[in-house]
Amino acid sequence: MTSLTDTIAVGPSRHAALLQRQGVVVALVLLILFGAWRYDDFIGLYNVMSVLRYNAMFALVALGMGFVIMTGGIDLSVGATAALASVVSAGVSDIGLGAGLAVGIAAGLAVGLLNGLVIAWAKLPPFVTTLATMLAARGLALLISGNQSVSVSWDTSFTDLGGGDFLGFPIPAWIAAIAFVLGSVLLNFTGFGRAVLAVGGNEEAARLMGLPVARTKVLVYVLTGGLAGLAGVILAAQFGAGQPTEGQGWELFAIAAVVVGGTLLTGGMGSVGFTLAGTMLLGLIFNILNFENGKGEFTLSAYWQSVIRGAFLLLVVLLQNRLARRPG
Amino acid sequence: MQELEIRTPRRHPLTLPRGGALAGTLTSLAALVLFNLVATPHFTSLQTLYVNLTQVTTIVIVAVGMTMVIATGGIDLSVGSLMAISGALAPLIFARDLLGVGPGPLADALAFVVPVLVAMGFGGFNGWLVARFRIQPIVATLVLFIAGRGIAQVMTNGNLQAFHNDAFHALGLGRVLGVPIQVWLMAAVVAVATWVIGRTLYGRQLLAVGGNEAAARLAGLPVARIKILVYAISGLLSGIAGLIVIAINSSSDANLVGLGMELDAIAAVAVGGTALTGGRASIIGTLLGALIIQLLRYTLLSHGIPDAAALVVKAAVILVAVYIQQIRRAS
Repeated sequence: MTSLTDTIAVGPSRHAALLQRQGVVVALVLLILFGAWRYDDFIGLYNVMSVLRYNAMFALVALGMGFVIMTGGIDLSVGATAALASVVSAGVSDIGLGAGLAVGIAAGLAVGLLNGLVIAWAKLPPFVTTLATMLAARGLALLISGNQSVSVSWDTSFTDLGGGDFLGFPIPAWIAAIAFVLGSVLLNFTGFGRAVLAVGGNEEAARLMGLPVARTKVLVYVLTGGLAGLAGVILAAQFGAGQPTEGQGWELFAIAAVVVGGTLLTGGMGSVGFTLAGTMLLGLIFNILNFENGKGEFTLSAYWQSVIRGAFLLLVVLLQNRLARRPG
Repeated sequence: MQELEIRTPRRHPLTLPRGGALAGTLTSLAALVLFNLVATPHFTSLQTLYVNLTQVTTIVIVAVGMTMVIATGGIDLSVGSLMAISGALAPLIFARDLLGVGPGPLADALAFVVPVLVAMGFGGFNGWLVARFRIQPIVATLVLFIAGRGIAQVMTNGNLQAFHNDAFHALGLGRVLGVPIQVWLMAAVVAVATWVIGRTLYGRQLLAVGGNEAAARLAGLPVARIKILVYAISGLLSGIAGLIVIAINSSSDANLVGLGMELDAIAAVAVGGTALTGGRASIIGTLLGALIIQLLRYTLLSHGIPDAAALVVKAAVILVAVYIQQIRRAS
């Protein structure tokens, strides 16, 4: 998955940017080798498929977050948006998969559009804006669902979106894979992608060059909202219910994945492929903990998961820091 | 370095800059109070006042630290997790004898001091990452946001620790001169922070670092030390807030103590008129911001509007407040 070498850097030197990202690849390879060496079924078909199936929605959220961060912004509302989308899509799941997808993604696009308009036109800071819309989306999700989870219909193909396979590959993983390929193309081969990096690198310069700064920003938040909405639909399909309280902390998990993937929060540079590697890294930690507990030599409670994730984030960030500072 | 006097340009770096912004915050608060006086039954009772004050104390205490961190151009996402750590540690000390001193006043005293110092230490760690490695504050404090609650959960195995302890009972429910002890504590924190920012060298250094870090560095300010200290202060205040939460509940739940606090605190700071870009700090504004958010929630709840809808209104208030400040600043 790290062969997507889309290394575009505007601002910091291309070389330093590349070094920034090696941290995640090294860590990911080491983690996979460790797992394969220590656990029998780690590389087994079942485990690989279930890791991919479960992490697909996180990957989608992280993909959007990566784009927002490349413009120098941030989106704290993605988790609540996913929760809102899961609720509304579960509500219409008896009509069918298409309706669930359409309504869920539309809810995400709407939140994203609101974010984008407030940030681009009213010029409020992204952090505060998306903090507010996070509260609003969460409130809406709770209101619509009446504070409880909304069961999905099992009579339509809706649940296939979460549990189904296509050509022996989990459907959520297909969706995430396609989204990442499209995202990579969008970033590297389109005017929009160049505008994203230019706005993040130096907004004033981008404006003077005649780039549509406001439109780029609005589109980026719409894109992120839509991806969060899609993640929400998958969430509902996977767990059989719309979850108004789910998604708490997703935004910070996504930010961590993006940062671990070597994208600087200051914007102007970034990579789609390495964001995926960052997501996989954080997701694999949970998987490895499960295996370790299954082995039974010593048990680590589920609570260790966040401690270890935090430690990994620290490790990778410090590693990137060292690599980026090495002269050359 | 001590004799260096720092002057931030033009504006006197007192905590009440720009009378206009503060006036706006005050007006909103007054309007809310006025509405409640007319429309909410029993609003003028002391009971109502105390309910609102006790619910807002922990947010204010944490938000004061957040204001100072934001004044340096940073942010601290770890506050809620540090609250959980401090809240998990205290019962381990006085009820489970973690430090091996046996039950008694010494254990109680240590149960107040040690968790706060530990939280302060973690805060200092945040500052160290920010200052020495130049890691962006969001990322640096994200580490403990993720790991910190895990540490608290691991310490307690994720179990709820219910306890009965007179000293903590007093902190949670005791009163002095008819006013809850935690409210005194909050007032003291606000007063000291206002003094530090308005009247001390350190306060000026904070604002100078936030206003223009490169210039502060060139002026010979110990930028790294200033930053490490401000995150340590934020950790210390989070530690105190964690103790208050478990004292009020007479129990400690590492899964819940301080959950979402970082966002409440940041919202209070933003509504209170401190720009997230740094260089300014209004402690009084933050206090008013927290009061507005709390009173708004109370108003909606007492008129039968569900908590979920209150979230939507809170979102709108944050956006409108920040937008108005922005227009003011621009003009």
